[in-house]
Amino acid sequence: MDFELNKTQELFRQMIREFAEKEVKPLAAEIDEEERFPAETVEKMARLGIMGIPVPKQYGGAGGDNIMYTIAVEELSRHCATTGVIVSAHTSLCIAPLLENGTEEQKMKYVPKLASGEWLGAFGLTEPNAGTDASAQQTTAVDGGDCWILNGNKIFITNAGYAHVYIIFAMTDKSLGTRGISAFIVEAGTPGFTVGKKEKKMGIRGSATCELIFEDCRIPKENLLGKTGGGFAIAMKTLDGGRIGIAAQALGIAQGAMDETIKYAKERKQFGKSISAFQNTQFSMADLHTKVEAARLLVRRAAFKKDKGMPYSVDAAMCKLFAAETAMEVTTKAVQFHGGYGYTREYPVERMMRDAKITEIYEGTSEVQRMVISSKMFR
Amino acid sequence: MDIVVCIKQVPDTTEIKINPVTGTLIRDGVPSIMNPDDKGGLEVALRMKDSMRANVTVITMGPPQADAILREALAMGADRAILLTDRKFAGADTLATSNALAGALKCLKWDLVITGRQAIDGDTAQVGPQTAEHLGIPQISYVTDLVHENGNMFSARKETEDGYQILEFETPALITVLSSANKARYMSVRGIVEAYGKEVEVWGADKIDVPEEKLGLKGSPTKVKQAFAKGLKGAGEFYEVDPEEAVSIIISKLKEKFII
Repeated sequence: MDFELNKTQELFRQMIREFAEKEVKPLAAEIDEEERFPAETVEKMARLGIMGIPVPKQYGGAGGDNIMYTIAVEELSRHCATTGVIVSAHTSLCIAPLLENGTEEQKMKYVPKLASGEWLGAFGLTEPNAGTDASAQQTTAVDGGDCWILNGNKIFITNAGYAHVYIIFAMTDKSLGTRGISAFIVEAGTPGFTVGKKEKKMGIRGSATCELIFEDCRIPKENLLGKTGGGFAIAMKTLDGGRIGIAAQALGIAQGAMDETIKYAKERKQFGKSISAFQNTQFSMADLHTKVEAARLLVRRAAFKKDKGMPYSVDAAMCKLFAAETAMEVTTKAVQFHGGYGYTREYPVERMMRDAKITEIYEGTSEVQRMVISSKMFR
Repeated sequence: MDIVVCIKQVPDTTEIKINPVTGTLIRDGVPSIMNPDDKGGLEVALRMKDSMRANVTVITMGPPQADAILREALAMGADRAILLTDRKFAGADTLATSNALAGALKCLKWDLVITGRQAIDGDTAQVGPQTAEHLGIPQISYVTDLVHENGNMFSARKETEDGYQILEFETPALITVLSSANKARYMSVRGIVEAYGKEVEVWGADKIDVPEEKLGLKGSPTKVKQAFAKGLKGAGEFYEVDPEEAVSIIISKLKEKFII
């Protein structure tokens, strides 16, 4: 049993922490206010190898592990949850399914460009009528002889418009239910594929979240990812991995709100003393600190199991459920401790509270996580 | 071209506290970092690696845990790392330190030696110049930019109190660099992943040809009498006025403080 990071992970944390403080933090409020995708930050991250942390070197990645990847998403999200989710969606939802299900040709064609950050990746599963019930896919893919012809709409797609590669799910045989869903690799710019309206969101406002529209979009036959009918299993497995990334994002948001609140509580004086001198502050912050640490242990354990090749589906659901709810609780209380100031955009905690909410929703709502966790409990 | 960069592990003095009773540094819980001026020097060397394929070796004298900054240097892109560590080096002042470094440098092949201007824990700015003297090579201190002219000709921008000088020089030479010279690069993720798989050469006192009485405490003619944190200066006051009024403000302020 070992609860410490190894030396490589420590060294990585030192780098990513400094990078987040110097390069990410100064932009966080601005990209939120302007709802602007931080392309310049993505470029900087690409140069350092942050867009391909857990990707093997033979596919152009850094050859790091998933613990390092969660440290990256946590440290980035500590200052800017938008930056955290860009990396998470790219790494967990696009590169991972390619690595896990792609043919050698597909991996060699797409992964090096994604891992180097030259290309950005995205994932399209959700539809207007297929949210938590992801099996209700209405997008179709018809065998067109030498190609697949895609028709339908995807919504709420992270990195849309900026991504070069999209993993898209579509029905190839409706009569087979979930076994009739297949996964496809769709490149930006393919005729018949357009990016639709950009959502105006409560939080993670710098993240590009858009609709994808497929109208007789013809993609090469070799862009089928995995087997025909194997798409739903790919989607579920991909989301298991993605949840660890989102849990790390939630953990980062919670830690960021803790940092801000501790700083503020020491500075803010009421009734002649710092509000940190009041037992209400001390006890509440002690509880929150404990929850943040517990969330961190759950995130690290899930990442550890993934690195070791152990089953981690339930661990991923647990860490996401707990970290997301912790982020919501910590940020809400952080605003409360800041009082009126916390409700203004002069302080970052109101943004953190808005950002935290999405972690309870995307890549499976908290209710879905509870379904996953309890699914094998009563067998 | 071969460059050796001398680096030092220091406590992060932005987080340092002094024990008011003993006057010594409280190092518990204070993170150790690569000295900022040294990092600036390493960046100068790595830019020479980028532009003219220079070979960059980093060397540090310190306790075994100074290995950490060598790993950091490797992750930033240094090619070779050497840790000078031995009980015989312990307690060294600037002279004994420069004796050891110069001894180690005599065992290496180089065209240029780069050190930081000064370390944030001692603030002496002596080790670089002393090392150059031991090696009998020219030195330029307070460098903020280095440009390769041709062959073994370089030009350096040296900061002075009232401006700067552009100096041309030939290698072999030693320069001391300011952290403000550049924005040092981050370690790359792949560099980090590979850093602990690389070799850090560990050299003891027997590896270098320097008499024992010139090393460590024995070789140190100076002793630390007292350590103190730099006091914080109060915030300055700004006046945007014409020169005549400025003079009278300055005079009245100096009189206020009984300076004149």
